[in-house]
Amino acid sequence: MFIKKNRPWEEPELAVTPEHIYKERRSLLKSMGFLGAGTLLAQSAPANAFLFGGGDDQASFVRQPLQFDDIPPEHKDGLTPESKAISHNNFYEFGTAKNDPAENAQGFKVEPWTLRIDGLVDKPLTLDYDDLFARPLEQRIYRLRCVEAWSMVIPWVGFSLSDILAQASPKSDAKYVAFETLYDPEQMPGQKSRRIGGGIDYPYVEGLRLDEAMHPLTMLAVGMYGTTLPPQNGAPIRLVVPWKYGFKSIKSIVRIRLTDRQPTTTWNLLAPHEYGFYANVNPAVDHPRWTQATERRIDDSGLLGRTRIPTEPFNGYGHLVANLYKGMDLTKFY
Amino acid sequence: MKQFNQHLAKHTLAYKVGLHTLLLLPLLYMVLAVTSQSWGGDPVQAIIHFLAETALHVLILTLLLAQLSRRYRLPALLKFRRMIGLYVAFYALAHVLAYWLLELGLSLQLFITELAKRPYIWLGMLCFVVLLALSLTSFRSIQSKLGKRWLQLHGLLFPTALLVIWHYWWSLKSGWQEPALYLVLVVALLLWKRLQVQRWLLSFRS
Ligand code: HEM
Repeated sequence: MFIKKNRPWEEPELAVTPEHIYKERRSLLKSMGFLGAGTLLAQSAPANAFLFGGGDDQASFVRQPLQFDDIPPEHKDGLTPESKAISHNNFYEFGTAKNDPAENAQGFKVEPWTLRIDGLVDKPLTLDYDDLFARPLEQRIYRLRCVEAWSMVIPWVGFSLSDILAQASPKSDAKYVAFETLYDPEQMPGQKSRRIGGGIDYPYVEGLRLDEAMHPLTMLAVGMYGTTLPPQNGAPIRLVVPWKYGFKSIKSIVRIRLTDRQPTTTWNLLAPHEYGFYANVNPAVDHPRWTQATERRIDDSGLLGRTRIPTEPFNGYGHLVANLYKGMDLTKFY
Repeated sequence: MKQFNQHLAKHTLAYKVGLHTLLLLPLLYMVLAVTSQSWGGDPVQAIIHFLAETALHVLILTLLLAQLSRRYRLPALLKFRRMIGLYVAFYALAHVLAYWLLELGLSLQLFITELAKRPYIWLGMLCFVVLLALSLTSFRSIQSKLGKRWLQLHGLLFPTALLVIWHYWWSLKSGWQEPALYLVLVVALLLWKRLQVQRWLLSFRS
């Protein structure tokens, strides 16, 4: 199968940031973001542990720096501070409250890891932990819009999903791609207890149409903010589909399977009237319990400083992806 | 029990101060959790949930208190009922304000359209209106003026407790265990108080 590299936002002369610039940027980011929050937390750690739990003997997960090319974003939105992006997570495998994953996932083991790519492919692949980082990595700054109407802007590090799918060489009858998160109740308390896991049947599964999966915007991320992913954000490897609601961007993936049938997806299974298979960001289709017309951008302002901003169709990536849905009634295929 | 009742009656003031402290502790806890970032980088949902659950806890406490005073002949306990009841309304108000301020960014237009559009919020609103009405009529002078009607009005707390749990269950994205637990608790409490509940229901037939 021939894959045409077609990345409209990529301007060749800008694509590669000289190494010293991104290194500087990374250390700057670190000093402002991650370290900043870390030291703040550390100061009151004993009191926090006593009052709020979570300050137990779990050592913090260690993240490694990554080498990557910097792709200029096609928008000017300011980044969400790293400290917020790694402490406000929906990852029900580690608990349903937003701070649960950061608290409960620090001991998560990502090494060894196995990611299988199989199903309707000519060359099934099995990748181990090091293989995940073996190909050239790119940093891409994407908006992330959660179905709960909050949003972030995150610098992911990874590669196009299409690269790896092409390597596996899909058969001609492959129409969909199904994804699966690790199932390991010993490590994921939400899989062990239905109450902690929000009553969801695990493993978490997601899916895309093959053309969505092959779209150059769709990426597999192995890092964010210049270093490997923390477990609460889906270490060691996760999907990022920036024009769809966040729940499509499945975390901690162990299997990618090509199929000829539309795969079942976790949230669609749980509440089909609230979460569709497509889940494209769409301000015109409300969630039954809240509006999708606007969103709360999580940026560097304080709790009281935030106002809602309009939500854009396809999360602002319509000029790149709307043609995938030509002729479809998006109020029906929400 | 008699002695305990006398003790309560004698030290009402001290107990009231203690109760105020106790009932304000959740607020303090919340402030600490938010400022120490223990609720993560964006504690909006956590704040809305915490205030709501606190309102529900205190609501259950008021139902329990009246029953305890009846069951164990501790009329002195009733002196604290109004105060605790007002804290239910206080936390419920804080819950609604947190939603409006933090979730909706204090947009009046959005607040009104969301109130109008979402059935689970109609329920919340109904509960809030009841709590507000009970608070505004909680003064002694109004109580004696309204007489039997006052009892009818304040008995609305029984169905409201159930409606709050319904609102809770409806607001969830997934899972049902927590509201189910509260439901069991409140139904058990109402069964324990069934004489009062029956009397309240019968008061509408005259
Ligand atoms: C106009 C009135 C009200 C509005 C607009 C409102 C709004 C909301 C919203 C938006 C949620 C969901 C929060 C989320 O999942 O992010 C919620 C949950 C809840 N509300 Fe209300 N509410 C109202 C009145 C009340 C009242 C009077 C009570 C009574 C004590 C109450 C108790 C609860 C409870 C217990 C929850 C579930 C909290 C949780 O998930 O932990 N609400 N409400």
